[in-house]
Amino acid sequence: MTLDRGLVGRSYPPSAVYEVGRAKIAEFAAAIGADDPVHRDAGAARAAGHPDVVAPPTFAIVVSLEAAFVVLGDPEVGLDYSRVVHGEQKFAHHRPIRAGDRLVATTTIDAARTVAGNDLLTARVELATEDGEPVCTATSMLVARGGEESS
Amino acid sequence: MTGPVAVGTELPEQVFRVTRADLVRYAGASGDFNPIHWNDRVATAVGLPGVIAHGMFTMALAARAVTTWTGNPAAVVEYQVRFGRPVVVPDDDEGAELTVRGKVGALLDDGRARVDLTVTSDGEKVLSLARAVVRLL
Repeated sequence: MTLDRGLVGRSYPPSAVYEVGRAKIAEFAAAIGADDPVHRDAGAARAAGHPDVVAPPTFAIVVSLEAAFVVLGDPEVGLDYSRVVHGEQKFAHHRPIRAGDRLVATTTIDAARTVAGNDLLTARVELATEDGEPVCTATSMLVARGGEESS
Repeated sequence: MTGPVAVGTELPEQVFRVTRADLVRYAGASGDFNPIHWNDRVATAVGLPGVIAHGMFTMALAARAVTTWTGNPAAVVEYQVRFGRPVVVPDDDEGAELTVRGKVGALLDDGRARVDLTVTSDGEKVLSLARAVVRLL
């Protein structure tokens, strides 16, 4: 199947608020072996100029990947979920994510094309505080690998 | 980081071991419970050689080479990768080995630099177009 280029520019309603917790940041940092105290010690984070503990650079995925996946639930996109793999990921941090942030994710389809039988869909997730302060732009390129019949 | 930064400045190489236990822990921390990252039966059923690491886990480990060098995790303002080849993680105590090398590819305005990363496992590149923009000041 071929992705409809008319999908480009489509936006989805904002997500529910995700409240970033200190424990979640510490858990994520421990899982990736990031031992800088700014991830788990609010005092160390303040000493480094942050209002509270800050997240490692890829923490945004905890919030953004689920938001990107809203496109997979869109019947007009029609991607075969069972064939979807993560092709590319990009983060542009407007400021570090930190404990206490109340984040809202808004997803937009930035690109949709079919190459050699594979459907490539780029979902851009804007993470902002509920007051509208931009925090991170997380862009995921999802690939639905074509079946044998389309190769 | 030590000393002045110029185009071509190399980051200290970092080597990471990735075991099944690490994948389970990352699954819980990230919320990505796709069974191809912990279940051989499911992984092989979808045509993989075995359980593979989360691409985002590999991306996170590669970022550690950058944050270790800058000494400030908040200095990473942009970071992107393309997931090239999966990292197969055997069910043993050794797991897989991941090697991260990096060097400064460009000096940008506002005291920023672009770091280009080479991430390999078993001698093969597993990420491509892996680059981070960091604040040096």
